[in-house]
Amino acid sequence: MRRSVLVVVVGAVLAAAACGNTAGAGGEDRTIAITMHYSAYDPSTIGVAPGETVRFVLTNTDPIDHEFILGDAQVQRIHEKGTEAHHGAKPGEITIHAGETVETTYTFPFDGEVLFGCHSPGHWDYGMRGVVVVG
Amino acid sequence: MRHRRPARMAFTATLAAALLIGPATAAFACGGLIAPNGTISLLRTTTLAAYHRGIEHYITSFSFAGKANAALGSIVPLPGVPTDVKPAGQWTLQRLVQETQPAVPDAEFFANADGALASARVLFETEIDALDITVLEGGADEVGRWATDHGFFLPPDAPEVLEFYAARSPIFLAARFNAARAAEQGVVEGEGTPIHVVIPTPNPWVPLRILALGRQPGDVIEADVYLLTDLEPALLPQAEEPTGELGQRGVVLERSEQASRLLLTDLADDRGMGWLPTSGMWFSHLTIDTPASKLGHDLAIDASGFGRPSPVAAGLRSPERAVAPVVSDQLLPLLVVFALGVAVMAAISTRRRPGAMAG
Repeated sequence: MRRSVLVVVVGAVLAAAACGNTAGAGGEDRTIAITMHYSAYDPSTIGVAPGETVRFVLTNTDPIDHEFILGDAQVQRIHEKGTEAHHGAKPGEITIHAGETVETTYTFPFDGEVLFGCHSPGHWDYGMRGVVVVG
Repeated sequence: MRHRRPARMAFTATLAAALLIGPATAAFACGGLIAPNGTISLLRTTTLAAYHRGIEHYITSFSFAGKANAALGSIVPLPGVPTDVKPAGQWTLQRLVQETQPAVPDAEFFANADGALASARVLFETEIDALDITVLEGGADEVGRWATDHGFFLPPDAPEVLEFYAARSPIFLAARFNAARAAEQGVVEGEGTPIHVVIPTPNPWVPLRILALGRQPGDVIEADVYLLTDLEPALLPQAEEPTGELGQRGVVLERSEQASRLLLTDLADDRGMGWLPTSGMWFSHLTIDTPASKLGHDLAIDASGFGRPSPVAAGLRSPERAVAPVVSDQLLPLLVVFALGVAVMAAISTRRRPGAMAG
C-alpha cells in the first residue's frame, strides 16, 4: 500500500514537471507580469504557444486607472467605442485602478495575433496597446 | 499705437479670446486641463506673472463653456507655496493684450521635491467666484490621485507630465470650475474669472510643457507670454528673433524693451496691483506657436541681470544631474521655483489665428 502511494506521488510530480511551467491554481500554463507606467505596457509584445493558457499579473504604477483588454481588432473597436467604465467579469478584460495589481487569465487560440490595449479615453490613441504573437 | 486706459468692466469673451492660452477649444493658465467627462470645454485661461522684489504675482483667469452639470478644472505647477490667493483685478490682462495687439479685439527656485508624501497635502483652499482653488503639495502620484479622487479626469500623458514637474517642485495649484455654481452666480459662458497668486520666489519661471497636456503630438500650441522684470531678463531656451513672417513657428521674442510708464500706470491702477512700480520695468513679449510634441520644456528666466537662467528650471536637465546650484542654497529648501511672479509678468494667452475665432 505504501509503495503504491509512493508511485502515485512520484507520478504526479513527474507529470507536473512535464508541463515545463509552474501551474497555477487555475491550471494555467504560464504567468506573465505586465507593468503599466506612463500609460504604456511593459512588455508590449508577448509570445505564447497555440492553445496556451496564461495568467496575467498586471501592475498599474500610474496615478490613473487603466484597462487590459485582450482580443482581436473587432474587440478593440467595440471597447474603444463602448462606455463600460469597469471590466473584470470576463477573462482577458479587466480594469486596473491606480496603484493596483490584478490578475486575469486567458487561453489563446491556435496561431495568429491577439491585441491588447487600454480604452480609457485617449489611451489607445496615445499608444497604450500591445500584441500577443501566438505560434 | 494708441494707448488708452481700459474701461473697468468684467472680462469679455472677446478679450478672453485674445488671452486664450493653449488650444482654441480649451485653455490653461500655464496649466493642464483636466475635465471629468468632456461635456465642458475650458475655453480659455489667461495668466500674468509679475515679479518684483522677490515676490511673484501670478494672475490667471479661467473661462469655459459647456453644460452646467459637471465640474472641470485645471492643474498648474507652482515653484513654491503661495502666501495668498485672492480675486484679481479686472483689466490687467486685457491691458497687456492691448499693449501688443491694439488693433485686434482682441524660474533655481523650485521647491524641495525630496521625499514624496503618501498622499497629497492640501496647503490652501479658497473659493473665487465659481472657482474652487486648492494648493497641493505632493509627488506626481499623490497629486494625480488627488485629482482623480476629486472627480477630475486625467489624460494619458498626465502621469509623465506630472512627474516632469513634481521632480522639481511638489507644489501644484488646482482650479476646479463648478458649472452649477457658475450658473447660480450668473457667470456667463466664456466670462473669465481672474485670480491673483502671490508667491515668494527668487526668479520668474513659466511652465510651458503643461500646455501640451492631453494634446495630440501634432496639435499646435499657441500662447502669448508677457514678462515684466526689474532688469532685462535672460531666457532659456533662448527665444528666436522675429522674422516678420506671419505665424512664425517656435518661441519668438516679439518685443523686449523698457515698459512704458503708461502701461505700468494702467496696470498698477488695477485692483491688487498697487505693488507694481510705475517706472523702471523691462517689458518682454514672447509668442509660442509650436506643435505639442516640441513643447517638452518650460521657460526659465534669470531676472537678476547675471544672465544665467537655470537649465533645471527650463526642464532641460533633471534636478539630479544638476552640476552646481544655479541659485544660492537658501532658495533650494524653499518652495520658490514658481517663476510666474517676481518682476516678470508673464501673461499666457493664445493668439488668434488670422480670420479665426479663438475658443
